[in-house]
This record gives sequence, C-alpha cells and structure tokens, in this order.
Amino acid sequence: MSQSPSPALSPSFRMETVGMDALIVRLFDAIDEAHMPWILAADNALREGLGGALIDLVPSYTTLLVHYDIEQLSHIEARRRVQQALHGLQPASTEAGREHRIPVWYDDSVGPELPRIAERLGVDTDEIVRRHTGRDYCAFALGFSPGYAFMGMIEEALATPRLKTPRQKVAAGSVGIAERQTAIYSMRSPGGWNILGRTAVKLFDRDRDEISLFRPGDRVRFEPISREAFIEQGGDTTPLEER
Amino acid sequence: MATRTTTQKVTTTTARNGTPNPTQPTQASLVVERTGPLALVQDAGRFGCRHLGVTQGGALDWISLGWANWLLGNAPDAAGIEIAIGGLALKAERTLRLAIAGADLGATRDGEPLAANGSFTLEQGQVLAFDQPRAGLRAYLALPGGIDAAPFMGSLSTVAREQLGGLDGRGSAIQVGDRLVAASSTPQRGEPVRELPSLSAMPTDEAVLELVTGAQIAHFDGASLFAAFNQPWQVDSRADRMGVRLTGPVLRCQAGGMVSEGIPLGAVQVPPDGQPIILLNDRQTIGGYPRLGALSPIACARLGQCAPGTTIRLSPVTPHQARTRYLRQLARWR
Repeated sequence: MSQSPSPALSPSFRMETVGMDALIVRLFDAIDEAHMPWILAADNALREGLGGALIDLVPSYTTLLVHYDIEQLSHIEARRRVQQALHGLQPASTEAGREHRIPVWYDDSVGPELPRIAERLGVDTDEIVRRHTGRDYCAFALGFSPGYAFMGMIEEALATPRLKTPRQKVAAGSVGIAERQTAIYSMRSPGGWNILGRTAVKLFDRDRDEISLFRPGDRVRFEPISREAFIEQGGDTTPLEER
Repeated sequence: MATRTTTQKVTTTTARNGTPNPTQPTQASLVVERTGPLALVQDAGRFGCRHLGVTQGGALDWISLGWANWLLGNAPDAAGIEIAIGGLALKAERTLRLAIAGADLGATRDGEPLAANGSFTLEQGQVLAFDQPRAGLRAYLALPGGIDAAPFMGSLSTVAREQLGGLDGRGSAIQVGDRLVAASSTPQRGEPVRELPSLSAMPTDEAVLELVTGAQIAHFDGASLFAAFNQPWQVDSRADRMGVRLTGPVLRCQAGGMVSEGIPLGAVQVPPDGQPIILLNDRQTIGGYPRLGALSPIACARLGQCAPGTTIRLSPVTPHQARTRYLRQLARWR
C-alpha cells in the first residue's frame, strides 16, 4: 500500500508551541498509513510520561496535540516531560490498533454518489463496492463530530473531491469518501462527502462501555450487506436527501 | 482547573441517583418561565475525550462563572447557567440564595433591579428575570453547590452540536418548564458576599486580547504579522460558541492547506480569505488552517463578552506571561 518504511529509523520530531498550555509534537509532514505505528507509540509514551499532568492528547495523521495542566507544569517543564517521554521511541506493532468489520448497505437510495462514481469510472456499482470493501483502512484521527473517524487510504481511482455544495443533512451511519479518505457520519449533520451507503452500526453510543467504537490507529474493513440484513440490524432505510 | 478529569470514565445517572442526600427534605430549585436567545448549563468543560472527537465545551467567560460560584462559596468550576443576550426568567420554588456575574443583562428580582455582580436571596415565588445586554453579552447564574444533573464524561457542559450535556444529557438548551435544582440546599459560604471585591469591567467599544504566538507564525509574511498586531480588528456578527470571526486587514500565509491537527482553545486560524477565526470552547477538535497562535484563556473569556462591532487589538505574549496571569486569577478564588 505504501512504500515500506524502515522501522528502525526513528522519525525526528519537533515540538511547537501552540498556546499557553498546549504544544504540538510533529512527527511527519504528509499523510501515510505507515506513520500510524509511530503516532500510536507516541500516544502511549506521552500518556504514560505526562500522567496526571495531561489534560488531553489528540493524535492526528502526523501530529499529537498535548494539552497539559498549567497548574502543574510550566511551558518549559512540559517541553522537558514531552522530550523525556519520547526519548528512544519505537514504533508500535502494526497490529496495535483494534480491527473492526463494518457491515454496509451500498445502495443508490442511501448512497446517491455510488452510481455517479461508477459512471465516472465506466464500471457498475458492484465494482465500486468491491473496490471500497477490498482493503483495510486505518483510522488516522477522530474529529468533526464525536466518534467520526477519518480513514484511508482508498484506492487512487476512487478518489473524489468533496461535493461543491455540502448537504444540509447527512444521515447518521452514512458511509462517504472524499479525496483518498473514507468515513462514517457518527450523527446526523451537515456534510460534503460523497455518500456510497449506510451502516446500522452506532459509532458513538453513550450507553455503551466503549462510547466511541473507533479510536485513532484502529483498522476498519467494510463489508457489503443486503437491504434485508441492514434492516435486521436496525438500519434506517430513509433515502438520503439530495440537498 | 483543579477538578478537570483526565480519565474517560463516565458518570452515569445511576451513580448519582444511588446517593440521595437524606438531609434535603425538599430541593432548592428554580422553574424556567421564559427563555431568551440561548441559556445553557455550563461548567469548566469536558476533558480527556478530545481524541474521540468530543469537544471541550464549558463557559466561554469562565472568569465570570468562577466569580458567580465564588459568591456562593462553590468551586469555581461548578456548573451554572450561561445566559447569552438575556430574556431568561426563573421562579423560585423554594427560597434560595443565588449569585450572578458577568454581563449586565438588566437582571431584576420581581421587577426590582439587581447588581450585575452579586449574590441575593430569591424568596419562594419570586421571579429572577434578565432583560437585554447593557454591557457584555453573557451573564452567569450560580446556584448553591452548582446544578444537580447527571454529568456526561465528567461534565454538565451543554454542546448542542454534539447532543451532549445539559439538564437532559442530550445537549438541549434551557427550555420553558425546566427545573434547575441546586446541588446543595444552602451555600457553602456562610457570610453572604453581596458584591465582588474586584471585577474587570465588561468590554464596551474596544478590547485588547493577549495572544500566545505559535510556531506557525513563521508561515505568515512580515507585513501581515505587522498588521495582525498593530491594526484594529472588528468582531464580526458571525460569532458563536464554536468561534468568532474578525474582520480587518487581509493576512497572507505561505502555507496552504495543511494536514489536520489538534486545535487548542483560542486558536487564531487564518483561512484562505485572510480573515482570522478565533476558535472557542465548542470548536471542532481538529482542523487544517494555519494559525497565528492562541488567545490566552483570560483573553478567551473576554472575547466571550465582546458584541459584534467591538474593536479588538491583539497583543503578543509568551506562554510564561499568560500562565502567570492565569494562575493569579485562580488564586483569587482560593
């Protein structure tokens, strides 16, 4: 999928001040699945190294935002603690993230861009489904809304720019693509991604022990299911509004 | 703040309901009779869950919430009501002591004017009403001990976009008929403090906001940086709990679209149109525009009181200077 990185070669990281009580650890400059084992390792090391002085840690693609407790640590102390925590960092195992299989009902009614992308590529919609479900994706970062994971990379041929005019309402569970990334809308919200189908799986559920199904670094595989199976899983078949 | 939680533990309703307080025969409570543009339950915010895409939330003007709580002897980050613009009216179901701080929204008790910053007793049946802004935008109402409701991920902060927090746990704003129940029957502070010893005045026409400059400042050209810190900015009408747009000189940045990364509170991001957006408590957790840096928490609190049209000047500070002032503010409540 990506060029084989040398696992022994530790990335050089930079620390950047971004606020009174926050700094960014920058490990890489570009998006690449091969970076995630390093990001996950840094995530673990920083959680351990900062302990109770850590307020929030937000990993994302190439960086980690460290929000530390300003009552406990000065800016200089925080930089020192981060430096210490990341000393001799080794990448996490490529198996570190958890695996998820997400059943998706791919259909024109709940995925209006499915036929459009098929038409653009001169193939039928089954071929688009086959390609979208044909590989594991990595959750690079969570954001946009609770439990929403930015995942990739999708096959280059499937890459599609965001809609020129975002939809006012995208149904929860909608599975979309934008450029070379894919994602599932965790709650009903406005959105500009190209929608291919829908899952009945809840990404964010306050009544579940694991409130967010995904965490950064998890691996996700989509599986096509029938309309009947989707309904059986509690899926909502209401067609997606065009705008 | 001291009580921020860094764990992902969820406090459930059963945990709270499982510990009833037998010394409270009846609960001190208020019933909402009228609402205005927006009133929300807010505390210091929700922490330890931004990696899951859950935003921070919390009182925009955390200093005024802290003072309102201080007046009753509450912890500074106890949950209160953030009343934006005014309009709210509440009736006491039982006599209780309350405190307000922050914007002057023309508060009255049964029609008789109240000080914008102070504590007072609301007798059973009396109505506390807020009119409209005279200075500032957001007033904070504190109840003894805070507000009794079930927190989600350690906080009661209401985030409508995420359908989290608030009285119902689903992100709903305060509505007519809602009951606000005090977390304790009497204030911790025995001696009532009627007025605050000191309070920075609400911004009226102009505000100076301190900005901790960030590493990405190197991406901006020299003329833009000079303009950013030497020319006036106007608060735009596109302003809410997610962010506040400023209009003024066009800032140019060499970095185009960047890879999305975590965004701190108060981040001053500059999209391609060159007009900054200051990202506040309900911001999205990651984003990819270049940033000048981030406002200090004290400056964020002040911005939360700036009406559209207010003139803003940005003043660069070091993290150390911002921290010194922040810790001094916390020390006032000890």
